[in-house]
Amino acid sequence: MGNDLQAVMLRTAEVMINELKLEDVTPETFDPDIDLVDEIGIDSMDLATVALVLRDEYGIRFDEDDYPKLTTVRKIAEYILARKKAA
Amino acid sequence: MITVSSLLDASWYERYRRISKLNIRSSIYDVTNQCNLRCKGCFFFSSNEHKAAREEMDLTRWEAFIDREKARGVNLAILIGGEPTLHLDRVEAFYRRMPTFCATNGLIRVPRERFPDLMLGISLWGDENDEKKLRGRDTFSVSSKHYAGDPNVYYLYTITPRQIGRTERIIRRIRDAGLKVHMQLLSNDEGVDGFDWRPEELVDIRSEMDDMLDRYPDTVISSKYYHEIITTGKMLGRTFGWKECPSVTEPLDRRDPRPRRLIGFIRWASDLKTMHRCCTSETRDCTTCKDGAAHMSWVMVNKRAHIRTTRDLQNWIEVYEMFAKLYQFIPW
Repeated sequence: MGNDLQAVMLRTAEVMINELKLEDVTPETFDPDIDLVDEIGIDSMDLATVALVLRDEYGIRFDEDDYPKLTTVRKIAEYILARKKAA
Repeated sequence: MITVSSLLDASWYERYRRISKLNIRSSIYDVTNQCNLRCKGCFFFSSNEHKAAREEMDLTRWEAFIDREKARGVNLAILIGGEPTLHLDRVEAFYRRMPTFCATNGLIRVPRERFPDLMLGISLWGDENDEKKLRGRDTFSVSSKHYAGDPNVYYLYTITPRQIGRTERIIRRIRDAGLKVHMQLLSNDEGVDGFDWRPEELVDIRSEMDDMLDRYPDTVISSKYYHEIITTGKMLGRTFGWKECPSVTEPLDRRDPRPRRLIGFIRWASDLKTMHRCCTSETRDCTTCKDGAAHMSWVMVNKRAHIRTTRDLQNWIEVYEMFAKLYQFIPW
């Protein structure tokens, strides 16, 4: 789980950087606990864009009602793993 | 990577955090095709939108429709028309179910015992002379009596080129009635003589709007960045228009690439089935559209583009706060 989580966090950060064109950051330097809304300014449209890519990649569904809970890269990665496990 | 907290001091950061998770999801509803005024320049009638759909008359269908709207995530109903207060039962159906804003010409008083905190935006098109010329009567004399001192009412003052140099008197009258005002610009869809904006007039009115905000900060709900955007049609070097507008009805939005936009936004006609193209008239030229809400939303959906300098982000915060105040998500 630890390695899985690390890998999913890195991939989530990478998708976020690519899709949202975030500058001066890499998946490795992306703080997985930084608040995406309060610090990076991500909004629900951004999150929907990222979720679309991750959904296809991991074969899971992001429930839009859960967006408010997905406030960090770590929480998104944990959400993905929980959904995969439940599937 | 630039972060929000690296650009803002503690006070501004707190303001940012107060609005950053509001997640406003609005849609617009034509409550009725009827109106008790015929205003020159009103897009609803000039573009025949009042004939676009047959009005749903069954209140239970309105109620079921509103429940479906709520279920799809709408958390702000913006009621327009026609004149919504001609059908208070429909207004009440929204008001009982979700946060609701009602645009009105103020001629019919909304009973506060039935709608204690419904936010009302009263349309106003200038002073007595312009009101009579464009709307057939001086509505302010009526609406200001209906709502004097009401904390949940503001004037939506649509400024025309003829108002340049004359806005202060109107702002003062609104202040003296114990009310607030938000300013926007006439788009003049009908091409009424003398009401089209010339570039130099837009420069002048921007300066005047800034001045009114400085001099009447407790009355005017606005921001200088909004004044810049609405008068220049420019934001961060980009130009407002069809390719940028955030307020296009989502299921009808075929734009490619799709710009940043209001998620789930729909403008519904009064049959509760027909969708209008956008928040204003389908016949309007987007390059000259002055719709205030569309321009505010344009800023709001482009948050990350403003996370580049302190001033840019503060501008974004001020516009978002303005919108949130106008629609009761945060207090005045």
